[in-house]
Amino acid sequence: MITLEGVTKTYRMGRIEVPALQGIDLHVGRGEFVAIMGASGSGKSTLMNILGCLDVPTTGRYILDDTDVAMLGDDQLARIRNKKIGFVFQSYNLIPRTTALHNVEMPLIYAGEGGRTARAREALGAVGLADRVNHQPTELSGGQQQRAAIARALVTNPAILLADEPTGNLDTSSSLEIMRLLSRLNAEQSRTIVLITHELDIARFASRVVELRDGRIVRDDTNAK
Amino acid sequence: MNLYEALRMAANGLLGNRTRSALTMLGILIGVSAVILLVAVGNGASVQINNQVQSLGANVIYVYPSNARGSGGVSQGFGTGQSLTQADVDALNSKQQDPDVLAAIPIAQSGGQITYGNQNYFAPTTGTTPDFPQVRNYQLAEGSFFSADDVTARHRVVVLGQTVVDNLFGTTDPIGQTIKISRQSFRVIGVFAQKGGTGLGSQDNVVVAPITAVWAYLTGARGKVISQIVASASSAGTVTQAETEITTILLERHQISDPAQADFQLQSQQDILNQATSISTALTLVLGAIAGISLVVGGIGIMNIMLVTVTERTREIGIRKAIGARRRDILMQFLIEAMVLSGLGGALGIAVGALLALEAPKISALATSGFPTPVVSPTSVVLAFCVSVAIGLFFGIYPANRAARLHPIEALRYE
Ligand SMILES: Nc1ncnc2c1ncn2[C@@H]1O[C@H](COP(=O)(O)OP(=O)(O)O)[C@@H](O)[C@H]1O
Ligand SMILES: [Mg+2]
Repeated sequence: MITLEGVTKTYRMGRIEVPALQGIDLHVGRGEFVAIMGASGSGKSTLMNILGCLDVPTTGRYILDDTDVAMLGDDQLARIRNKKIGFVFQSYNLIPRTTALHNVEMPLIYAGEGGRTARAREALGAVGLADRVNHQPTELSGGQQQRAAIARALVTNPAILLADEPTGNLDTSSSLEIMRLLSRLNAEQSRTIVLITHELDIARFASRVVELRDGRIVRDDTNAK
Repeated sequence: MNLYEALRMAANGLLGNRTRSALTMLGILIGVSAVILLVAVGNGASVQINNQVQSLGANVIYVYPSNARGSGGVSQGFGTGQSLTQADVDALNSKQQDPDVLAAIPIAQSGGQITYGNQNYFAPTTGTTPDFPQVRNYQLAEGSFFSADDVTARHRVVVLGQTVVDNLFGTTDPIGQTIKISRQSFRVIGVFAQKGGTGLGSQDNVVVAPITAVWAYLTGARGKVISQIVASASSAGTVTQAETEITTILLERHQISDPAQADFQLQSQQDILNQATSISTALTLVLGAIAGISLVVGGIGIMNIMLVTVTERTREIGIRKAIGARRRDILMQFLIEAMVLSGLGGALGIAVGALLALEAPKISALATSGFPTPVVSPTSVVLAFCVSVAIGLFFGIYPANRAARLHPIEALRYE
């Protein structure tokens, strides 16, 4: 499903080169729930951006569903993000002044697909927001906004769900609620989930934990359930 | 992404900041309404000039003396020579060689102080023949015009224009009264109906007398000078033939073989109309261009606001890109936003401009000053709308392109 081979990413800031990833080999199979851990600055977000096709590796190969992503241009990457990847961000990132329903419809609009409203309603129903479809982000709690974001990530039925510290802005009970939702999606719908977190409590929900340090994988454990 | 979704997104974006959208639209609104109004005024002026030229008379051709032969090609302008004679006029009226000339009249001009009782007034006196009202398209309001006998007998009778009557007589009935022109007595036998118009010198500020009387009592030492001949063609379609016939007759009578050496010049009403039209078209263009500048300023306002919007919504752009928006989706979104702003501003501007144009004549100060009644042309409406949408496109493309080129990660990180 996901294969990274010798992926490096080097940021260039003027004359200085910052190596954010220094040779990552990683395989994530269908239906896995992987937590990526590591200290701040270890390269988690950089890895996530590459997995999410928001950025391309400096060297190495990234194969997503048999496609070598390193070779693609901007618009092709946009297409892959639209069809195969669902993002959940720490700060929810719903579009302001736009109802939950319209937010969830958005990926379908860019995909040019039909039956949008019904599918968006269905996705919102699946995250327990059936009665909040016409609310704007400011009219929703943090937990509800994150659930709407998860609905938006899932509405296109993507191959992989990428979550960068999805509970980072939430209180404990909302965090648990979100993690239970992700676990359920993984268990019931075999959703492939890659989750970034620096909290052990959160990582425990995953079936596999990958730890990064200075841009390298230093641990790759399967969680005993 | 279809047009409906694109418009919905644009509406959403614009409604998100109503005050700003409204103010930006106001810039275009003012520009467009100025264009509509000023072009309407220009058109109105065209119509006014057109009417005035029409009122000079039906299918009129003017023949002026010119000095081409005498002064080696250096023209001294209209009316300076003395090449036209009463015999020329008679020849033009004979109708044998010029079936398309309905009538021709000689004109002798004389300036002079006009007095009635203790009232003084200055107006040019025109000496002519009885066909004058027909050729120059004058109606009589009172009394009658002078006859061929009056001309033969050099009777000192005059017919007055309304302006002259107003200035000399006030409420007194002028018919039968005696006025003095350059201290010579003339009896008023008729008054012309008002022709209106102010642009080309009032048609109502006239004093008309038999040409023989003008020669005998007013032009004095200058003798029997004819400053112009006015002929009228039988119809609008025969003006060109009539001109050819007049030229042929006069060249033959003046024994000139080379038309380039002619000692007279022709000018038809159509020539004057063409000149007037080109002047008023230029006027309309200048007015439109001035208003167009304010439209450009409005466009720059749109560009400015769109740049601010793009910066403010950087994060939103990042989100949209993350969930699959391609460059052209983002480009379209902001372009359509700019075009909706300018198009809506343009539509409202057309409404306001047209309303002002319709209401302007109701302002009495304007109405009495001879200000032209604005004419809103459908072309200017369609054009103004298209131009305002195009302005949105033109000034929106840079900000929209900026948005489309944002890198998703950097955009997402933007606070
Ligand atoms: N756009 C960038 N330009 C330069 N350096 C960057 C950029 N993004 C990340 N980095 C650097 O790359 C390293 C890894 O960063 P990041 O992937 O954000 O780590 P994490 O998410 O684990 O905190 C850090 O040293 C960071 O400073
Ligand atoms: Mg990070």
